[in-house]
Amino acid sequence: MIPAEPAVDATQKQAITLKVNKKTYRLDAEPRETLLDVLRERLDLTGSKKGCDHGQCGACTVHVDGRTANACLLLAVMQQGREITTIEGLAPAGKTNGQEQLHPLQAAFVKHDGLQCGYCTPGQIMSGVAVLRDGHADSPADIREWMSGNICRCGAYAGIVAAIESVKKGDTIG
Amino acid sequence: MKSFSYAQATKPADAVQLLGAQPQSKFIAGGTNLVDLMKYAVENPDRLVDISHLDLAKIEPANGGLRIGALARNSDVAANALVQKQFPLLAEALLAGASPQLRNMATMGGNLLQRTRCNYFYDVSQPCNKRTPGRDAGDAAFRPTGCGAIGGYNRIHAILGSSESCIATNPSDMNVALAALDAVVQVTGPNGSRSIPILEFHRLPGTTPQRDTVLEDNELITAIDLPTSAVGGKSHYLKVRDRASYAFALVSVAARLVTQNGMIREARIALGGVAHKPWRLPVVEQTMVGKPATEATFRTAAQALLAGAKPHEHNAFKIQLAENAIIRALQTVSS
Repeated sequence: MIPAEPAVDATQKQAITLKVNKKTYRLDAEPRETLLDVLRERLDLTGSKKGCDHGQCGACTVHVDGRTANACLLLAVMQQGREITTIEGLAPAGKTNGQEQLHPLQAAFVKHDGLQCGYCTPGQIMSGVAVLRDGHADSPADIREWMSGNICRCGAYAGIVAAIESVKKGDTIG
Repeated sequence: MKSFSYAQATKPADAVQLLGAQPQSKFIAGGTNLVDLMKYAVENPDRLVDISHLDLAKIEPANGGLRIGALARNSDVAANALVQKQFPLLAEALLAGASPQLRNMATMGGNLLQRTRCNYFYDVSQPCNKRTPGRDAGDAAFRPTGCGAIGGYNRIHAILGSSESCIATNPSDMNVALAALDAVVQVTGPNGSRSIPILEFHRLPGTTPQRDTVLEDNELITAIDLPTSAVGGKSHYLKVRDRASYAFALVSVAARLVTQNGMIREARIALGGVAHKPWRLPVVEQTMVGKPATEATFRTAAQALLAGAKPHEHNAFKIQLAENAIIRALQTVSS
């Protein structure tokens, strides 16, 4: 049962500092606010998606100190001092010929139809970048195993695996 | 999620003190299980004590084996060269568990303490003796809350060591490997430090299924020790599940075998997915010593390990599945 009276200071917000995509954000947050909710609702970084909100689907995948994590299960207050990267921070900054640039894996997802509805795509790409960076893209079976924390209900898996493989073969990952 | 207050600990002693300072406090490190349970209102702490900054993440040689800090991440332990060389069974089991994201977040201590659970434990509209214990255990007027799984849909549930109160299984792959590796859990608390052998760390449900482990209130896990076996041997973690990856085990086997000229010199067999805790019977392992490493020996051992298995309506298949999985795992490590 949920106790009727919360702890005295439970609902009090506290000042926290988050470093997201190399920018520093200062805000007041309750301890119960997840990193995902803060990113989406407070910092207007809505690329990370809320799918299951229970760490099962991977749509909220971000990098924390260079490693993938489910932002829906992280408390924002605990992420201070850590380097957080979201899908918004993946592509190189600046424009080429007036066009915003894509990260090589983002471009590969477009080329290989690594999506249908696109809702899971930010999480898929954040995991895919880590799979490539950590050396887990040596075979389609390897890619599938190390991408297992990201679910695509449209079933674009064939395109997702092809996109990751293509970047691996082109060796263009940043 | 219910509101709660938050405190950050910088030393183990402070963490223990902070936890004891307010009732309904809980430690949080990786948070992969706790935050999830809080979202379902299964866990409702008033205060979280953040232990993620404690200096307890080292993996280092100790007494011929390894000492793994409680805050070492599951992914770091699986990728650690010392672990892969000396205890590949642990690396194999860790990589069979959860997803890459969760393994990056989850700590070793947290994995030990992930709740033994089932779908009915998660569903607050269902009765569950583990989530909501009956009042006044030991009292003549004691009334159990009930169990939705007994008489419910119980395909994933326990076949060994269960009780009238609870038939949930411990979902950890790591715990099964630790059981086969004779790990020792190091804890510290208000009354000092103690060492708990892994087989005594997790509990069978009995009439108090709310307690998954023997850890006392306010005790903090600091490390997991892996002693080096007197002799080496081969090991394997075999996990049988409904899909190829990212699913709990229906049945799993952590097997370790030392053979010489086709004869068994030492054996360890721990089972996952079948009980409230990793299932290991040293007495059965002892009967294997001196016998030939053949399918007949393995089948006899498997049947002895599963003696007394009690299936429920939907999980009788686990008995044969476990027997076959044990034989397969032992064949793998004896070949």
